[in-house]
Amino acid sequence: MTGLKQQKQEQKQQSSFKTTRQNDALPIASIGARPLQYYGHSIPYLHETQIKGRFIVIEGPDASGRSTQIVMITSKLESDGHAVLNTGLRRSELIGGGILEAKRNFILGKRTLSLFYAADFADQLENKIIRALQAGYIVLADRYIYTLMARDAVRGIRRIWSRNLFGFAIKPDLIFYLDVDPGELVHRVFQKNSSLDYYESGADLGLSEDMLDSFLIYQRMIAKEFHRMQKHYNIVPINGNRSIVEINTDLQNRIDKFLIDVSIVK
Amino acid sequence: MNSNSLSSSQRSEKLQVKGKLIVVEGIDGSGKSTQIRLLGKWLKSKLLPVFMTEWNSSEMVKEITSKGKKKGRLTPTTFSLLHATDFADRYERNIFPLMRAGYIVLADRYIYTAYARDIVRGCSPKWVCKVYDFAIKPDVVFYFRVPVDVAVERILVGRPKLKYYEAGMDLNLSNDQYDSYRIFQSRIIEQYESMVKSDGFIVIDGASGIEKQQQAVRNTIMKLLPGSS
Repeated sequence: MTGLKQQKQEQKQQSSFKTTRQNDALPIASIGARPLQYYGHSIPYLHETQIKGRFIVIEGPDASGRSTQIVMITSKLESDGHAVLNTGLRRSELIGGGILEAKRNFILGKRTLSLFYAADFADQLENKIIRALQAGYIVLADRYIYTLMARDAVRGIRRIWSRNLFGFAIKPDLIFYLDVDPGELVHRVFQKNSSLDYYESGADLGLSEDMLDSFLIYQRMIAKEFHRMQKHYNIVPINGNRSIVEINTDLQNRIDKFLIDVSIVK
Repeated sequence: MNSNSLSSSQRSEKLQVKGKLIVVEGIDGSGKSTQIRLLGKWLKSKLLPVFMTEWNSSEMVKEITSKGKKKGRLTPTTFSLLHATDFADRYERNIFPLMRAGYIVLADRYIYTAYARDIVRGCSPKWVCKVYDFAIKPDVVFYFRVPVDVAVERILVGRPKLKYYEAGMDLNLSNDQYDSYRIFQSRIIEQYESMVKSDGFIVIDGASGIEKQQQAVRNTIMKLLPGSS
């Protein structure tokens, strides 16, 4: 992002601090500027880009309570005086709609779908996430590359290929995974939609003729992939079988502690 | 680009492939499309099963790519991945299954186009190479070598205006679209030339006569066909 636009965004950012920051606010989390850190091959043309904000990811299956938690955390962070940007998979204006369309018609191969999601993700990463981080925002992402890699892996795509594909992703500061028992998950899904989603049940994989069985098997496979990735990507598992308030307290404590720690270091 | 990465994915696809894959590469205006069309006619006249596929032609992806192109906000990485999506769609739907079924697949541009363009646009060469490493290695790659002026002349005849990305305007090479186009094409040529040896391209002189080029192409393909040894 160049001069004027960035300046504008910074001004907007500053004014939002003035208006929303409260007396008991946490220290601003975004003082020092840092270069981008990648998982794999970097994006060469962004080598001069510096970010000031912080990046937090909440992962977890459908109906695990991610979006509820994100709403609560966003509201708390904003009341503490932070500018927050929410983002998620499939939200790119550019191609998000195309993915839904293609999935509705069940016409995509596994690798095509994977690349499609990667293209959508790249658009959001460069046009939304990195720009917000440059301007000092706290970016709260509803899912990130881990979900995409887990889906690829259970569909038979080599993990090393996905890892390279998403190697241009920048490393978040914190990654939480809402770990919910698949049996519990089923109840929540039915409460929410009264039916199981085709893809979230792995129905395209032909795991079982019974949709419920398929859902349970698929969710276990995905959870297994997350456990596999946990150490390598520093994913913090959060017991998602508890109440909304209990989970929120747990997450918020961890986030607050992190924000205090980084503000002391700087 | 090194070809080791290609063979590793072939091992993972343990399925038997009976068909052949013939690729033409070169910049716009190098004459490659004319040549592959003539090759297709010839093979069909021999009653061989032939399938033709073109770069950036998947209907599903095309719509989205053109939408993003109109907005002019595609970053090089997004641009690269959209083309990879297009390629994967054609690969999973047509190229690979048809090759398994014994077809001769003729591809007007293949992964080498992605390497050349994405690297010129500033993507990491290693990253691009690994993204495409699921693609099977072609039996033959013809590279149509042509001086940039000849190709540019052929393209610009009767065309008052170039498209934004086609001219490489996103690279800020020049404010003039024709200058930009020429520089962009020269850089792509550099990338192609760097692959000639490592990827075993068969070089065809794209400035020579159409019939002469086609003869050279057919002579090479003759050796691949059943019944020849």
